[in-house]
Order: sequence, then structure tokens, then C-alpha cells
Amino acid sequence: MKPQLIVMGASLGGLIALSQLLQRLGPAFNIPIAIVQHRHRDSKDSVIDFLQRSTSLKVKEVEDQDKITNGWVYLAPANYHLLVEPGYFALSVDEPVSFARPSIDVLFESAAEVYGPATIGIILTGANHDGATGAVALKARGGTVIVQDPATAESAVMPEAVLTRNAADWIMPVPQIAEWLNRFSV
Amino acid sequence: MFYAKKTLNHIDMDVLTSNLEEIEIQLLLEGIYQYYGFDFRNYARSSLKRRIRKILTAEDLEHISALQDRILHNPDCFKRFLLSVTVNVTSMFRDPSFFLAFRHKVVPLLRTYPYVRLWHAGCSEGQEVYSMAILLQEEGLYDRCRIYATDTNELVLKHAKKAIYPLELMQQYTQLYQQAGGKHSFSEYYTAAYGSAILRSSLKDNIIFSQHNLATDRSFNEFHVIVCRNVLIYFNPTLQKQVHQLFHDSLCMFGILALGKQESLRLSPFQTEYEPIAKSEKIYRRLS
Repeated sequence: MKPQLIVMGASLGGLIALSQLLQRLGPAFNIPIAIVQHRHRDSKDSVIDFLQRSTSLKVKEVEDQDKITNGWVYLAPANYHLLVEPGYFALSVDEPVSFARPSIDVLFESAAEVYGPATIGIILTGANHDGATGAVALKARGGTVIVQDPATAESAVMPEAVLTRNAADWIMPVPQIAEWLNRFSV
Repeated sequence: MFYAKKTLNHIDMDVLTSNLEEIEIQLLLEGIYQYYGFDFRNYARSSLKRRIRKILTAEDLEHISALQDRILHNPDCFKRFLLSVTVNVTSMFRDPSFFLAFRHKVVPLLRTYPYVRLWHAGCSEGQEVYSMAILLQEEGLYDRCRIYATDTNELVLKHAKKAIYPLELMQQYTQLYQQAGGKHSFSEYYTAAYGSAILRSSLKDNIIFSQHNLATDRSFNEFHVIVCRNVLIYFNPTLQKQVHQLFHDSLCMFGILALGKQESLRLSPFQTEYEPIAKSEKIYRRLS
């Protein structure tokens, strides 16, 4: 089955890991990617600019009701949860989940419900446990979970939290994750 | 999403459970609509589901059908449900750049009117309404303004009318007030008492709080300004379109529509009839 959506979660050290991953994806990579990167609620467009420099895919901060489209990388806006509906994104300003807004758990759980086995979830570096519960939910719905090899992560806490919950299908360093993803995009 | 039929043979329990939950939610919302008249059927499913699951935990119930039973037979439980699904946590001067843009770009337009009617739709516990009142007071406009602040939930409105907020939030509000271009010291606007901050009562003078449900109620006046921020994100495309119709029906020519930072006019049937006056802040002006 060709994946229909890739969801990624990253926290401390995530921007570097994300840019390394994105820059290794093929220029014609055609699976939409949704990212929660923890950041301060006042952070501005600089995150988008930074990620955009690493990829020829189009990077944008999600607006409510954005269609989920191939060739795009979607970033959760600061201070909003990012949720998946069939074919489009929704947002919420509900209270933080796992101490975070946007929360990786929220993105992963809603993606799991809508896209089930056609979802790939990727947990990268981070110093908290957000994403572990989401990864469990995604796996339960038949999705695939990839975890950045903790030994290669700037902070191993978040990847390890997923491993502790037995929710990972693959453990790989970032360049290999990109290689693995490229296989689906032909 | 329904894929039960295809997977029945595989007895994929997770998929089946997911479908069952979807059916239970539909039945619950239908029951609430028919019995209590509140229509949540066109709320965005992903966030509504999360809230319903939270209520399940709070009510210590396992299944949504059990929640349905309790909600339909116990009005107090429905009140709790209503609170949990409709309250939107916000703060005073949330997104200070919005209030700053409102001050610079909208206030000059409002000065040209002898009398200004504003509608704050989905005002929740009132923080953003009072922020607007402060702004209008500082601009010397408040005396000729009337703010209609509405929410679907009467309990929330009761709270809003009190204008009392936890004292420990004031530090954060002060910071946001300053970023929003506040002209005075924020402490002038409240009195501290017993761990609470009571907002200056003159702020309430021209605010009318009343119950209004965006999903089921109609236009009730014509406004120069409609503020509805981070409310539409909780609605599905059908309901968003319907509410945009309602706003269009309720806005005078050259009236101002202010949405949340990540919201847009994309689903409005009248998209072309508005021009942005502060694009990144989602402040629009009706042209025709």
C-alpha cells in the first residue's frame, strides 16, 4: 500500500534533524508530510524559511482547512494543535497535550484514525515524551512507526519513549529514514 | 472513514472499534440535537472526538453509548458535556499582533462612524471582549460603541459577565497588553482581591452578553465589526460555509470581519466580496 500521509514529530534539536531529512528526499517526492516541531508560541516564520531552504518541496504553515496535497510539507502553527480530517487539516486551540501545543500525540492520533495503515509516523530527537502515545495509537491502527536511532539523536528521550512503549517498527538514523521514504515515491 | 466491510474477514478489531465509535458519536450528536436542540453534528470531527473522549474519562464511562444514556437522562450531565465541548481557553490580548493591527488599521475607519456596533461571536469567558473594550477605551471610541458578545453556552456567559479572572494570569496579560500596543499600565484595568483580578467595571458598560448559537441561530442585527477568532476551526466545512453566510448577512457595507490567525475566507461563498486590510492578521473589509 502506498502511504498517503507522513506525520513527523520533533522537539529539542528537531530543526536540524528535520532539515537533514527533508534535504535527502527526492525532488519529486509525492507523499504529503505533516510536521509538529515544538516551538515557542511567539515564534515566527523563520522556522518555515529554515526548512524551506533544505528542500525543493513546498513548505507551509498550516491554515485551517488546508487540503492535504502531494509535494507539500505542512508545519503545525505555533500555539495550535494540528489535526487530520479526511483529505484536509484542522486546527484547535484546546489545552496542551503532553505539555505541548502543538502536540505530536494529537497529530499522530488523528492521522491514525483517518489514514490508518496508510500513515507513516516518524519520531525524531526530543527531550520529552510527546509522541509516544500517538505512536502507540498509530501502530494500533496499522500505521508504520519509525524512530530516529537514539544514539544519533541530539536528545534521545523522545525516541526512547517510543521504544519503551514498543511502538516502533524501525529504528534508523536520519539519512536512512529519508532513503527508506524515497522508495515509496516513484 | 468506513472500511469495516472490507476488513470484516480479517477481523481487524481496531478498525471495527473505530467504526463503532464513529457510529456512537453520530448517535450521540443526533440525540443531543433532537432532545436539547444543540447541534454539534457539523463540528470538526477530529477535535470533537478528542473532547468527547475526555468527557468519557471524566464521567468514568467506557463507551460513548453509555455517555449518551447519561446525557439524555440527566440534564446536569448535559451541562457538563456542553461546557467541555464548547469552552475555548483563551487569554486577554491573545495574538497581540492582531490587537495592534486592529488599533492601527481598523480604529481609524471606525472613527468615521457616529455609532459602532461590534459582534464578538464565540466570546467564551470574555477575555478577548474585554481586551477589545480596553482598546476602544484607549482610543476614545468606546462611548459610541456597543459590543454584542455571544456564545452558545450560558454558563460560560455567566462567567464572562463577572469579568473576574485568576490573579496569577495578570503578569502574562500585562505582557500581551504591552505587545498589543497598550497605552497605559495594565494594572489600571483591574483590582486584585482574594487571588482574583476584577476588571474595571466601566469596561462592561457597553457590552451586551447574550446567548447565540452559530450553528442554529440567525442574524440578529447589522454590524460594523464582527470578530470571530478561533471558533470556525471547530466547525466542519459545511458549518463554516453556513457561518460565513451568517456573517455576510450580518455585516454592513464596508464592515470589518476579523478571523483567527490560521483561519481564512477560503470557505466563504463571498470570498471575493472582501478585501484584506491586515492580511496576516486575517482582518477583512466587506466591499459590496
